[in-house]
Amino acid sequence: MKTLDRKLLRDLWHLRGQVLAIAAVIMGGVATMVMSLSTYDSLVTTRDRFYGEYRFAEVFATLKRAPETLTERLAALPGVEHLETRVRAGVKLEVAGFSDPITGLLLSLPDVGEAQLNRLHLKRGRTVQAWSTDEVVLSDTFADAHGFQPGDTLSAIINGRRKTLTVVGVAVSPEYVYQIAPGSMFPDFKRYGVLWMGRHALAAAYDMEGAFNQLSLTLARDAHEQDVIDRVDAVLADYGGTGAYGRENQFSNRFLSEELKQLKTMATIFSAIFLGVAAFLLNVVLSRLIALQRDQIAILKAFGYGYLAIGAHFVKLVLLMAVLGVAAGVALGGWFGQGLSNVYTETTFRFPYLDYRIDLRVILIALAVSCLAAVSGTLYSVVRAARLPPAEGMRPEMPATYRTTLVERIGLQRWFATPTRMILRHIGRRPLKSLLTVLGIACACGLMMVGNYQKGAIDFMVDVQFRQASREDLALTFIEPTSGRALHELAALPGVDFVEGFRDVPAILRFGHHHYRSAVFGIQPQGQLHRSLDHRLQPVALQPGGVVLTDHLATNILHVKPGDMLTVEVLEGSRPVRQVPVLGITKQYLGVSAYMQQDSLNALMREGSTVTGAYLALQPGAEAALYARLHERPRVLGMVANAAAIQSFYATIGEFILFYTLVSTLLAGAIGFGVVYNSARIALSERGRELASLRVLGFSRGEIAYILLGELALLTLVAIPVGFLVGVGLVGILVVAFQSELYRLPLILTPENYAMGASVVIVSALLSGLLLWRRLGRLDLVAVLKTRE
Amino acid sequence: MPPDNADPAIFVAHGLTKVYRMGEVEVHALRGIDLTLNRGELVVLLGPSGSGKSTLLNILGGLDAPTGGEVRYLDHMLTGASEAELTRFRREHVGFVFQFYNLIPSLTARENVAAVTEIAAAPMRPEDALGLVGLGNRLDHFPAQLSGGEQQRVAIARAVAKNPAVLLCDEPTGALDSATGVVVLEVLEKVNRELGTLTVLITHNAGIADMADRVIRLSDGMIADIHANPAKKAARELAW
Repeated sequence: MKTLDRKLLRDLWHLRGQVLAIAAVIMGGVATMVMSLSTYDSLVTTRDRFYGEYRFAEVFATLKRAPETLTERLAALPGVEHLETRVRAGVKLEVAGFSDPITGLLLSLPDVGEAQLNRLHLKRGRTVQAWSTDEVVLSDTFADAHGFQPGDTLSAIINGRRKTLTVVGVAVSPEYVYQIAPGSMFPDFKRYGVLWMGRHALAAAYDMEGAFNQLSLTLARDAHEQDVIDRVDAVLADYGGTGAYGRENQFSNRFLSEELKQLKTMATIFSAIFLGVAAFLLNVVLSRLIALQRDQIAILKAFGYGYLAIGAHFVKLVLLMAVLGVAAGVALGGWFGQGLSNVYTETTFRFPYLDYRIDLRVILIALAVSCLAAVSGTLYSVVRAARLPPAEGMRPEMPATYRTTLVERIGLQRWFATPTRMILRHIGRRPLKSLLTVLGIACACGLMMVGNYQKGAIDFMVDVQFRQASREDLALTFIEPTSGRALHELAALPGVDFVEGFRDVPAILRFGHHHYRSAVFGIQPQGQLHRSLDHRLQPVALQPGGVVLTDHLATNILHVKPGDMLTVEVLEGSRPVRQVPVLGITKQYLGVSAYMQQDSLNALMREGSTVTGAYLALQPGAEAALYARLHERPRVLGMVANAAAIQSFYATIGEFILFYTLVSTLLAGAIGFGVVYNSARIALSERGRELASLRVLGFSRGEIAYILLGELALLTLVAIPVGFLVGVGLVGILVVAFQSELYRLPLILTPENYAMGASVVIVSALLSGLLLWRRLGRLDLVAVLKTRE
Repeated sequence: MPPDNADPAIFVAHGLTKVYRMGEVEVHALRGIDLTLNRGELVVLLGPSGSGKSTLLNILGGLDAPTGGEVRYLDHMLTGASEAELTRFRREHVGFVFQFYNLIPSLTARENVAAVTEIAAAPMRPEDALGLVGLGNRLDHFPAQLSGGEQQRVAIARAVAKNPAVLLCDEPTGALDSATGVVVLEVLEKVNRELGTLTVLITHNAGIADMADRVIRLSDGMIADIHANPAKKAARELAW
């Protein structure tokens, strides 16, 4: 080993406290990046493999009823590779010991042989036996939520008739990776389940013998998806088809894609912010650290080492620190990433397996950014120091030129004792350096705010969504469009306070070349329960004759503004196409919707007063009895209780966000401490001699600590409000980047966010102060008398 | 102010030893020093580097503790004193002058002195202290705006402004050319004469010894000889 390299290792050991603090900064940035991106990569890889291995279909269609003889004609359509028909039935489920309403979806499995498309992955038990009449396979989320094992039984109300079903297996399907009840916003594993049953048995129970009401298919090579969809639609038009659709509109896949898109945005933005801030801090800290080595640089130059050799020596020093940080970051990020992926697959997405992987590119990017930041900060200082003639370099950089500060020149100096003046002048002498320190600390504060911003934002979204917009206790849907008179019967039920009907019509909304497949909701113009909100979150009365759209849907998806004419292609009944004016824009954080007055929507459909469901306000305590009575009504298909929805939201998305928040808070804390501690340590190195001189002159440890830590405290105090601005800015970036169909984050920062940001900085400063206090006790007083620096 | 009693001794040291452990070797910096330093004296500690003169000065100034023996300052025992007591001792009774001045670069000449007078019991005005060293016209200059000799004079003003009983100077002219060095020594001589401060001056420069009342020669951690200098010269007559 060359002598210079040995010096390198000893320097590293000597600087170990600072090396660790610097590595912590890099680790924080890299770990965030690795965690986020590896989770995203792993979920995408897993999804693609699962879709491929279990033959997830590419086009889907539901219809009212068609004879099985039609299958051959459909399968022979050009562009179809493989086609399968099924019976699908919406049911109500009853589980012993659980009184809340449960919505179920029953799907048929072929009586003989295995399904060719959308195959099940059995986790437990077996599949249904050929020609069995009561055996079912349960989706694993529902089975796990209720603890079902093969051999257990549950009841289903199919077409108004109760049927006892025996569980024989538990499975995962590529079609239902993301399971969510129709009309619901979040997964609720206890109150929604997918079940698979033999075709013959289900058809008999659902009056579908010799017929089907759903199909899925894969495309032949080179087939154009839209052409196939059009051909299928043409055939199904006479059988009550509601429009075939591709994977992009398949419910589970669409949510999965949106979530993954969201995760990708979060991963990219968080990684960029964390790694960017870490790189900046690294650059600042290292350039100051290397500036302190100017005498060594001068000595090496005096020995005859060239610029390159000296530069390489210090570059090696900082690269070792960077690599240490990156390695720790990758290890920690990988560990957190696995945790995060597990949270995802346990709460939101169901895959039979998880292919966890860290893309080598992620590591390389992290390494490259860290090294670049480290090396550029280092070279700047090395070049500056190496430009000096060796003799001058070996002389201390003293005495530095100081000036009285502005506050003193305007006559305030009598208010400051000498130590305070030293603090002010020291800050004033190197304003850029002080500014960089302030910025560094401010970044740490801002990161902390970003890290825990989401919890407050989610509380706010839930409040707006469930306490101001959707205030119903229970939303129920009918089995098919029903006369408005049904509402009177509901209102008369005991325990029901208030009823509002709604009509929803599946439709494609089109404007220019933009379109969106969703539904138009007809609600009451002066609704008490379900309301639309303006941008100030005040309820607005709906005007007749037109549609109001969620801001995200109007602005970012359809690109319409009030006054434009929207084309509404209805996907049920005679599938009319209508022009509807856009009347206004509403504010909504969760999901996107198109609202009309119910009367206007009925008029659009050329129908009398018709509803597809109702919002109910209930008397407290009446829920259980009412659920039981609603359960008995054959026309009531599904029920979603608001309280349960909020609960399940927190249990699913909440858990994921909390994990992410916890981790990024920890990492932001590591970065914050790294920056503050390094700033303080470097200040001590720069001023150690001065402080020791004062000690010799009779200053106590407390008095010199005031001079050193007073500066740190002052810079920290200035950094906190700047950090608040940085935090608001970073959150602003997040809010803009995060807009998606699923949700838009509000720009809401709670007092807790500010408090967390400030406290990470203050705690770091206090801790650093404590460590410095110990070091000040060990200052070598004798050495300062004899040495120049 | 030094107390006015019959005993002229300010420092009394008995059997001082100091052993440094430098890694695996023991360095015997002091090997048994017996010494008395009196009020108003100007004492030069002379010796080559490694002779132990700085170690002795540091122990007298309360910056270091001896391994064996004892030192008394007036009626205070310095050996065995706590860190806080030593700090108070330095603050109240000792003025230091260093080879490299050790001024605070962010403070003006006046403020460098004031930094010390603000924490002293009965100090001079900083302006008076600077007047004493001939820098009455450079009060508001920062160290960077002063020459080396001027900086050292500020350091002396800073050391004497608290009216210390003892002034300890470690190679005060070591970083200066001889002409500037003489000016600095003249200031030390003036302070010693006018304020009656016990002044201990370390040097390896035998030429400076001529201005002392007593010269103590150290060699290898021991006192080689002590001789009084009845024909003491004025600083301006010195040359080296």
